[in-house]
Amino acid sequence: MRRYSFVQLLRNAIGLGDGWQQAWRSPEPKPAYDVVIVGGGGHGLATAYYLAKNHGVTNVAVLEKGWLGGGNTGRNTTVVRSNYLWDESAGIYEHSLKLWEGLTQELNFNLMFSQRGLVMLAHTEHELNEASRRVHANRLNGIDAEILSREQTLAFVPILNGSKDIRYPVMGSSVQKRAGIARHDAIAWGFARAADALGVDIIQNCEVTAIRRDGSRVVGLDTTRGSIDARKVGLVAAGHSSVLAALAGFRLPIESHPLQAMVSEPIKPVLDTVVMSGTVHVYVSQSDKGELVIGAGIDAYNSYAQRGSLPILEDIASAMIELFPIVSRLKVLRSWGGIVDICPDASPIIGKTPVEGLFINCGWGTGGFKATPGSGWVLADTIANDRPHPLAAPFSLERFTSGRLIDEHGAAAVAH
Amino acid sequence: MLLIPCPWCGERVEAEFRYGGEAHLKRPDNHLLCSDETWAEYLFMRRNPKGWHRERWMHLAGCKRWFYVVRHTQTHRIAAAYKVGEAWPALPA
Repeated sequence: MRRYSFVQLLRNAIGLGDGWQQAWRSPEPKPAYDVVIVGGGGHGLATAYYLAKNHGVTNVAVLEKGWLGGGNTGRNTTVVRSNYLWDESAGIYEHSLKLWEGLTQELNFNLMFSQRGLVMLAHTEHELNEASRRVHANRLNGIDAEILSREQTLAFVPILNGSKDIRYPVMGSSVQKRAGIARHDAIAWGFARAADALGVDIIQNCEVTAIRRDGSRVVGLDTTRGSIDARKVGLVAAGHSSVLAALAGFRLPIESHPLQAMVSEPIKPVLDTVVMSGTVHVYVSQSDKGELVIGAGIDAYNSYAQRGSLPILEDIASAMIELFPIVSRLKVLRSWGGIVDICPDASPIIGKTPVEGLFINCGWGTGGFKATPGSGWVLADTIANDRPHPLAAPFSLERFTSGRLIDEHGAAAVAH
Repeated sequence: MLLIPCPWCGERVEAEFRYGGEAHLKRPDNHLLCSDETWAEYLFMRRNPKGWHRERWMHLAGCKRWFYVVRHTQTHRIAAAYKVGEAWPALPA
């Protein structure tokens, strides 16, 4: 892998270089691998990268039915934060945030990670109390968090509607200053390029059609590009996890729903942080191009369609206009949907499955982007050592039988 | 936007309805004595198919009654709607 650098950029710009190299190979699938990861989004590619880098397991393939990062990795609103309520969540999301902080250098790929802070608005007394509880819980877990008063909040985000006459006036907020946004494609491409350099085969346009078992043990996969033997398999397919689990003969507590987002036309810089509101229900940041990147809640019904309904977009738009009246004349440039894997407790499922040698990482629902590196790190460790990584252990599939749920619904305000 | 055929009121827009998830889940008869696995299966595990789905809807802005719909989760096409207690229409091919 040729390193990207300013000098290389300069040489290629003035024609002295020999052009840009391909970022990763597109090999034909081999007949067998030590580990096959199903799903070429950020989480799957991160898993392959850390398998190779941290555990020396390089005979690895990543199978992607479409193109890299074409699912939820390319369809989210790129928020990265770790201010979750429960200890288990704080552990894995903060591990992930710490990885984000050094990842651009490590992968030699500009992830455009911008720690511009994230403000969670409180519009009721109850939300103020909840924010206070969460900030204290965050601090006990070593995560930076602060409470801002109403005046401090309005000074931090000057375009916020400060009127006391709106349905839900801003009463204060909590802020995590190390939170921010990143470039969604870059995390997939950066991990893909780095994993490929370590010997991982990245195979696109390759859909899994069957999961082969020998008794209780997984032995391989049938795909649209032929049969592949595998000693271990990791399923990292977000919204399609239930479909893959059905192929392997078990069920998940997951339901797939569309989550929509939209961007406005580009405008001059007006918002230098991320703003989230659980009560008015919208979250927004401004991209480097100037577009406002806006998201909110899921469509209620099960769907695999990668598109949602107009009423949801209307709700998002009305919430935006309530909180930020200056955007009322802006045009929506485009909107889209991704299929998110909603888990009953709004926490992921990471670890072993009823099938030996078959591992799963799913259930991130509406908030998986931020966890990309941490999720890959712990799943790689779990696969390599055949036991749950300590940070992943509480997120086992077994918790739905034991009843030890990690309820982040509401606890973390909007679950993103 | 979905147009949902309420069996009592006729076709109405999706915004008038509340979604109730997978239909025909059966609560274990001996729920106080059944195993944790059986209870978890009932409470949490779902089919979540990519295809035809029997699901519950409630006409919140209309008759406020629960009923069942057969809907495709990839095309969103609705093949049938039926009342509680009626025979289940067959899933389209």
